[in-house]
Amino acid sequence: MNMNWYDLTFYVFAALTIISAIGVVFARNIIYAAFSLLFAFFGVAAIYVLLAADFIAITQILLYVGGILVLIIFGVMLTSRAYDVEAKHGLLQIVPAVFVVGAIAGTLIGVLTTTKWPVTNSLPYEETAKPIGALLMTQFVLPFELASVLLLVALIGAVMIARRDRVRKG
Amino acid sequence: MHNFITYYLGTGIFGSLLSSLLPLLWILPYVLLCVWLELKVSAHMQDRLGPMRTGRWHGWAQPIADMLKLLQKEDVIPTAADKFLFVLAPILVFVGGYAAYAAIPFSPAFIGANLNVGIFYIIAVSAIVVIGILMAGWASNNKWSLLGAMRTAAQLVSYEIPASLAILAVVMVVGSLSLQDICDAQSGWLWNWMIFSKFPFMFITFFIYFVASLAEANRTPFDIPEAESELVAGYHTEYSGMRFAIFYLTEYSNMFVVSAIASILFFGGWNSPFGTFMSGPIWGVFWLLSKGMFFVFVQMWLRWTLPRFRVDQLMYLSWKVLTPFALVNIFAVGLWMVLRG
Repeated sequence: MNMNWYDLTFYVFAALTIISAIGVVFARNIIYAAFSLLFAFFGVAAIYVLLAADFIAITQILLYVGGILVLIIFGVMLTSRAYDVEAKHGLLQIVPAVFVVGAIAGTLIGVLTTTKWPVTNSLPYEETAKPIGALLMTQFVLPFELASVLLLVALIGAVMIARRDRVRKG
Repeated sequence: MHNFITYYLGTGIFGSLLSSLLPLLWILPYVLLCVWLELKVSAHMQDRLGPMRTGRWHGWAQPIADMLKLLQKEDVIPTAADKFLFVLAPILVFVGGYAAYAAIPFSPAFIGANLNVGIFYIIAVSAIVVIGILMAGWASNNKWSLLGAMRTAAQLVSYEIPASLAILAVVMVVGSLSLQDICDAQSGWLWNWMIFSKFPFMFITFFIYFVASLAEANRTPFDIPEAESELVAGYHTEYSGMRFAIFYLTEYSNMFVVSAIASILFFGGWNSPFGTFMSGPIWGVFWLLSKGMFFVFVQMWLRWTLPRFRVDQLMYLSWKVLTPFALVNIFAVGLWMVLRG
């Protein structure tokens, strides 16, 4: 019996992630899908913690739960009558769907079977925030800055679209 | 200085579960005390006496009577409400609020989890509270609840930005995200506290953090989410009895969390103001709790002194006043760090 508490926690959170992800896809009500996403994000963050990637785990919660999910729920709630609309579940465009899903599944299965998954005992815990910060400011400074410029462009674009009427009027 | 929790309870899964319950020993009496304090502070600020009868001495037993009443109430779920989410929402809100206690250092020897990313973690878990409030507002199927929840989400998301930028200035000076390290960096006398360093920039940082934290704890002048006169009771309009008590408990426990963070970041946390006099693991708990309680009192004081902001004024303050000031401030602190170390 080499199942310990660590493994058990992993399976609990893995199950939570997968079940909530299934909930997101199959929920009839769009609000339920949005709230299931919370548990999916949370489960992924827990798995990061088990992998000793504390910084990534917390960034996951902060950005996905605190930012993206709140915006999604906000958007859904602001949409009039969003609660009554049922998500479409019928079969649409079967041929392209089969192609796309087949390609994605094939890639994933390929990666899954050809990658050598390193199996080690639990690694000694190391601080990750400092090395990540140092790398972002030295080796990866160009992609980091490019990403921030891109975000700024998106931000200004969103404001321009939202205020278009007012800008025209004067 | 070992961590006494792991010393007595071990690092096994049951020891960890047990030690995660320890902050409740503080939260429950604290909330009862605060309910009484809020009644008394509000009364005295309006030249009234407040509760005077229950338990004879200045109505000290009033919160206990209130709590017993709430516990006995019928468990009402509105017919039109979404039952599952309606029940889940208060739990989620409490989980988000309680999770923050894991990373608060109560004393040099008492911290739930000495994370390297402690303060970052506390900012992140508050996101769960936002989702819980949105869930409560939606599940109630009530227009006031929904409007209150939307306002809360907008407010919490906006004020997270100046609060995080203010925290970042402290993190930059200390060079660590761990709250225990931030406390250590301020050891010694009163004037070693963060608020007095890099004069006057840390004063500004503290002010920005404190104003933003008032909004994060939904306290007046930022109690838009509840705004009795406009929204009845905001996101918890439909809640009663035990579930309402959980919202109430979380609100007060959040007030303590933001106060404790303010005292850890700027006022030395568990450090004694008098050097080594009255310092140590046990005194540490005393200092942190009393500093935290002081800021809780300031929050009550402000609540009964200031009127409420309008929604547009609230957004104006966050985006056009606090955020630019926080950005300039962080730049100034950075420049100071580069030029004078």
